[in-house]
Amino acid sequence: MNIEDKVIEIITQEQHLAPGVVKPESTFAELGIDSLDGVNILFALEQEFKIDIPDAVAQKMRSVSQVVDALTRVIEGKDIADLVAVAKGESPVPNR
Amino acid sequence: MRRVVITGLGVFASTGKDVESYFSSLVNGRSGVRRITLWDPSTLSVQIAAEVPDYSPTDYFPLKRLDLLDRFTQFGLLAARQAMQSSGIQVAEEEKPRFGVVMGSGMGGAETFDSGYFNLYAKNETRLHPFTIPKIMHNAVTSQICIEYGAQGPSLAISTACSSAGHAIGEAYHLIKFGIADIMLAGGSDAPITYGMIRSWESVRVLAPGGADPSRACRPFSADREGMVIGEGAGAVLLEDWERARKRGAKVWAEVAGYGLSSDASHITQPSVLGPVRAVRMALEEARVNADEVDYINAHGTGTRLNDVIETQVIKEAFQDHARRVAISSTKSMHGHVMGATGAIELVATVLALERGLIPPTANYTKPDPECDLDYVPNQAREKPVRVALSNSFAFGGLNAVLLVRRLEQV
Repeated sequence: MNIEDKVIEIITQEQHLAPGVVKPESTFAELGIDSLDGVNILFALEQEFKIDIPDAVAQKMRSVSQVVDALTRVIEGKDIADLVAVAKGESPVPNR
Repeated sequence: MRRVVITGLGVFASTGKDVESYFSSLVNGRSGVRRITLWDPSTLSVQIAAEVPDYSPTDYFPLKRLDLLDRFTQFGLLAARQAMQSSGIQVAEEEKPRFGVVMGSGMGGAETFDSGYFNLYAKNETRLHPFTIPKIMHNAVTSQICIEYGAQGPSLAISTACSSAGHAIGEAYHLIKFGIADIMLAGGSDAPITYGMIRSWESVRVLAPGGADPSRACRPFSADREGMVIGEGAGAVLLEDWERARKRGAKVWAEVAGYGLSSDASHITQPSVLGPVRAVRMALEEARVNADEVDYINAHGTGTRLNDVIETQVIKEAFQDHARRVAISSTKSMHGHVMGATGAIELVATVLALERGLIPPTANYTKPDPECDLDYVPNQAREKPVRVALSNSFAFGGLNAVLLVRRLEQV
């Protein structure tokens, strides 16, 4: 299972949602996920992948794709300094 | 200053998961004390407790809600639901800022604490579940009830060990009496039957070891009493300003007319006589009731060697000659010591005794103790009109709460 599928699976499970509700393009707002739910989901993901997501990054997660992106980078050992900087407001959001 | 009445009752305990079955167990002398089933107690010297039987959380709460509710909060919510539903109350939007909740708890989110510590120290996890804090905090039960009912008024969580619920109901009563609120949901909840808690209590050496028949383990006021039994559960009452209750034609179970509280200032575990006596006198004074008008006392009656003797002396000192005439019983003999919930669970029994003229017994009364020589309504419930009753709570740390309830007289 790839990272995106796992993220979708975990969000579905933690939020007690029906299968198929969570999509790759879903935002947390659309799924009724508030900030407390958000930290719960990230905890489950950290446990699953045995990684640590810095608070500053965790606090900015607002969509499935943001979560998948941050996780992919951490898992693949890529530098997430830019993500942290954006999260801390130290640099502008890059154009994607 | 206003008069305050009880218009709703709720209870979730080892002797019943609703008011009627709870009271029926008590008046039939049925104990909720059994061998612990929540986890394996075989390594402990005390293997018994008063657990809520056949309890499945998903019967009462959706999964998502349950994620945020420690067991103690679940029990509190269930007792609150019963009190709210049975009262038939409708709280209008504009009334919500004058509708508050005060719940007591001695141990808070004990189960969450226990499993959190296990993960931390035994499994060496470096991150605990993010819901740990919102589940553990003692005010979780108050806050969750406020959220469920839109209660925006003065709301508190009280923690005074075994007197928590007595204090919670008393404080809620005063908030209405002194015009700060109009509607208050008050009570207590505790779910302290965890491995860590029972081990801690074992060391204090006041727990009844039980024996062949756990249901007979708790024997308050008996010469052969061996100690207390830990219980879990919750109790709740809905309190209203009497005028408001009268206008809506509410059923009034009883009037709360007195609340006494005091501190022994003597020992961190051993009770004094004068501390509780002051609390009793305070409750009587507030209600403007003479000691000899009290028909029934629901005792703190834990079943420990010390409490029962001291409490007997308290009653003699506060009631003088009337001490020999007043009916006294300890329902802890059946539902166990429910810590921060026990004052509320016992007030529900006291109110029903008042309403029905039927006093629940002190169960398992085997052998009279010369040092406890009053009328403890042994083993059999007693039909007797009860106009005025007291509910005693005398906690570790010497913090005492006494509530006085009486049949509502139309003035």
